[in-house]
Amino acid sequence: MTRKPPEPGVLEARLEATRVKRNWLLSLPALVLLLVGASGPLLIVLVYSFMEPGDYSGVVWKPTFDAWVQIFFSRDIFDDTLGLADAHLTIFWRSVRLSLLTTLITIAFGLPTAYFIATRPGRARVFWLFLITIPFWTNLLVRTFAILEMIRSEGLINTWLQNLGLISEPLQIMYTDTAVLIGMAYVYLPLMVLPLYAAIERFDFRLVEAGYDLYANRWQVLRRVILPIVKPGIVAGSILVFVPSLGAYVTPRVLGGGKNMMIGNFIELQFGQGRNWPLGSSLSILLLLIVMVALLFYVRVSTRESER
Amino acid sequence: MTNEGVAISAQAVSKVFGTAPNEMRALDAVSVDIRRNEFFTLLGPSGCGKTTLLRMIAGFEAPTEGAILLEGADITAEPPFKRPVNTVFQSYALFPHLTVSENIAFGLEMLGRSKAETETAVREMLALVRMEEMSGRLPAQLSGGQQQRVALARALAPRPSVLLLDEPLSALDLKLRQQMQIELKRMQRDTGITFIFVTHDQEEALTMSDRIGVMNGGKILQVGSPQEIYNRPVNRFVASFIGESNFLDAEVVESGRPARVKLAGGVEMAADYLEGETPSGKVTVTVRPEQIVLDPAGGAEGLAGKVTNTLYFGTDLYCYIDLGGGTELVARTPASAGGEGLHKVGDAVNIGFAPGALRIVGG
Repeated sequence: MTRKPPEPGVLEARLEATRVKRNWLLSLPALVLLLVGASGPLLIVLVYSFMEPGDYSGVVWKPTFDAWVQIFFSRDIFDDTLGLADAHLTIFWRSVRLSLLTTLITIAFGLPTAYFIATRPGRARVFWLFLITIPFWTNLLVRTFAILEMIRSEGLINTWLQNLGLISEPLQIMYTDTAVLIGMAYVYLPLMVLPLYAAIERFDFRLVEAGYDLYANRWQVLRRVILPIVKPGIVAGSILVFVPSLGAYVTPRVLGGGKNMMIGNFIELQFGQGRNWPLGSSLSILLLLIVMVALLFYVRVSTRESER
Repeated sequence: MTNEGVAISAQAVSKVFGTAPNEMRALDAVSVDIRRNEFFTLLGPSGCGKTTLLRMIAGFEAPTEGAILLEGADITAEPPFKRPVNTVFQSYALFPHLTVSENIAFGLEMLGRSKAETETAVREMLALVRMEEMSGRLPAQLSGGQQQRVALARALAPRPSVLLLDEPLSALDLKLRQQMQIELKRMQRDTGITFIFVTHDQEEALTMSDRIGVMNGGKILQVGSPQEIYNRPVNRFVASFIGESNFLDAEVVESGRPARVKLAGGVEMAADYLEGETPSGKVTVTVRPEQIVLDPAGGAEGLAGKVTNTLYFGTDLYCYIDLGGGTELVARTPASAGGEGLHKVGDAVNIGFAPGALRIVGG
């Protein structure tokens, strides 16, 4: 009895099918982790945001939109009318403003830094990149306290400035927005430098000569040639800095003190002293939505860039 | 003083890279005048300093010594963006984020030309390089030859006094290169712009140039028309770099014009030499392969040898001939139809030279 050889391609297709099946099994641990560690808790938070707060903590299983209304409005204790929740809006505005400023500051410091590293010879480049990544090895809290040590009233900066006679009274930096800004810019700078470095490193510097040759001065070469080409790096870095800045918790807590809260601290407050888990949940979901909008913006910019 | 009709004048320019003792002299007191509206080629092997000289004219390198004059005005200290000189880069260096049209318009925009003027110029340039249909494409969507055309259009659009071309054809395949050679020549005639073309390809230099400057070791060895360079090379390097040459040892027996030289084997012949020189003693003479006649009637000159190898090229037959005493010659003879009468390996041949074929190229 003779067996007919399989049609061309059939064997390959069958092999491919087994390969896909095996690979799917390999992804199982990750899927389980994602389900248990991310999707599950997220679903709980989403459900909590539509419940009533319990008296001491937790939720009462009565569906309501109150938590979502409370984000923007507060109910008057006497006549039950809704008014804008000024305190909440101040916190949102501060979070967005500080995150945007942090992004801008890291761009301002990151661009020259990345340019410097990208234009070093090979070995030196590795060394400078290594230096940039060192802070990642240290706990965020430790780094934040290091900044605190620098800027507090009896800290390094104030002591030096006083010794130099430049100021007579210590500068009050701690517990201001400035302190939070300094802290966040310091903590997130590497996240800006790395994508910028990747973009500048790929940049063909012969284009700069082409720009000069075609009557563009230094400023025009920067604006018309360099920046448009490294823009994807700037956008990527901005997302990497803006997103964690918006949800920052440790830095505003340590450097901003109790009154300069950001969204992260405000959410923590709801689950702690505030004893309003539904509000904390709705705020968390809102933060997530803002981040998703920012990421969508990034995807749109980068796909438009690659289509061109 | 500068003469009328000179577009670019390099005056004793030197360029030294690095510091002593590791310094490298890329250019050594080079002086050359490049005339208005001419197609001038800087020809030489890699590392001869031709690109350094070009970059100096563009303004990307500052000379260590000497000056660069444009239309008689010293531009040595001017930055590139203030010189009415544009470059076609070897790598093309097209702006990857701009379309073909935007690339061509770039220089005009930087010069602050009006929108209407820019648009007209871009349209003209697109027509000149025959890229009208590609105007909206990005450089990444173009072939090498097309990118080359855009680079050319971009550099020509601002109507520079001088266009610099840094080995622009080296990345193209043979067929495209030959086509671009013809087009470059046409564009130079149509626009009337002075072209300074850098290449290491002697054939390219011979076919395209009005004048050629042959460079080696940071110096310009000879400037002249392709015919002058080919027929009257100033030294052995020029003779060997441009075209093919045979070199023979000889001794001058009678100076005068032409001189009489005695070749190895005792044969005496007439040889020409450069004006202003008086050859004497032991010299090197050169002869082009195509000026060698094999089996001349009677073989009166008395030079004979043996064919050691042949290469058939369809139109020509290359014969490698051993003259004895370690001297070898290459002769290029027309291959007659049907393969009749071709020389074969081992044949004994008599050798003659076309009148005026022998030149003395050094002592």
